[in-house]
Amino acid sequence: MVTAAALRCPAPTTAATTTPTTTPTTTPTIDGAAVRDLLRSVHDPEIPTISIVDLGIVESVAITNDGIEIELLPTFVGCPALDIIRGAVLEALVPLGRPTTVEFTWRVPWTSSRISPLGRERLAASGFAPPAEPADVRCPYCASARVAMDSAFGPTQCRSLFYCRDCRQPFEAFKPV
Amino acid sequence: MTATRISPETATALAAFLLSMADDEFVIGFSDSEWTGIAPILEEDVAMSSIAQDELGHARALYELLAALLDDGRDADALAYDREPEAYRHAGLLDHPRGDWAMTMARRFLYDTADDARLASVGEVWPPLAELIAKVRREERYHLMHVLAWADRLARAGGESRARFVAALEMLAPDASTVLTIPEGEAALLDAGIITRPMSAAAAAWRAEVAAILGPLGITLTLEPAADAVAARTGHGDAFRWLWGEFTSVRRSEPGATW
Repeated sequence: MVTAAALRCPAPTTAATTTPTTTPTTTPTIDGAAVRDLLRSVHDPEIPTISIVDLGIVESVAITNDGIEIELLPTFVGCPALDIIRGAVLEALVPLGRPTTVEFTWRVPWTSSRISPLGRERLAASGFAPPAEPADVRCPYCASARVAMDSAFGPTQCRSLFYCRDCRQPFEAFKPV
Repeated sequence: MTATRISPETATALAAFLLSMADDEFVIGFSDSEWTGIAPILEEDVAMSSIAQDELGHARALYELLAALLDDGRDADALAYDREPEAYRHAGLLDHPRGDWAMTMARRFLYDTADDARLASVGEVWPPLAELIAKVRREERYHLMHVLAWADRLARAGGESRARFVAALEMLAPDASTVLTIPEGEAALLDAGIITRPMSAAAAAWRAEVAAILGPLGITLTLEPAADAVAARTGHGDAFRWLWGEFTSVRRSEPGATW
């Protein structure tokens, strides 16, 4: 349920940084793959089974002389979880010991097609139908196609309400955007 | 941010345009959030809360663009909350009290269709805005689907539902065109390519769209262009002063508060 507090969520600043308190005496090489591996430990705050990498919101990882620059794509413009995700990313990358910048960008729209195959599996296992046009939504519990959309709007901006006519289970589906 | 490529004259016009769009989304978002907890049915309570949250998110992103463009030390929160009621530049359409459900749907119908025509007029030369608008339109598609379903349902229901909906549309119609005004500097925005058609052209497209939707429902609305583009977005009345008192209450009781 959306609460009044969520509706009045503050504006996140466009960037946040961390600076390591100690500088490593040796600077080990870091590559983008290592950063992405660590980002796999950062999960959607509401669906802890899916990582932000599998959710497709990690747009770019850049390693520069100044540190690590991460670009993330919000699923929805007004997503109230952005500050939490930003904080979790900064925390996850602390072991790398480099100054880190996290920015949200609209340059590339997040679309639900960015969710990885593993991400789709994890969503379904948690009872969420992966994003699809309404005619293609399947029940995450019994895989039935006999489902009906109750409302395009669900408990968060990115989800809709559905009902399965076969197993009689209400469920949520990600909105295709 | 690539505001440096914009001439001072264009920047002034762009700031006015951004402020009007941001204030529109902010005010309708807060108005609609008044339904949280009291909408007619649970699904609509959730829907209006979600739509309101989307609109406030769009407003926040637009205020952030404006803050970067103005670069006068005010952040998005300061722009949103630290102005007197007279300084808001939202459309007169959004100045009416929330009213009943039919009134809320009539206002959303007129606003969403007009806003769609406005968003479709934004060009691609200024990427910060063009990229945001591309994202916003993906979300507004759901708002349009929602309100078009309600317009259809209320109009076809007959009886009190239709009577209230039609009365609300007719009451709001004289103010509906206020959404498609730019207070000043439209020529500069057109020259720069930030908008690709004058708002008068957007308004013509919008009126045709409204007629195409309402015609089959047996409803005819007269949508006169706003007589004065400045007056369309100033002179806010008591309904807005009340809403302003609500949405600034935390900020005024604790200056600089964030939450």
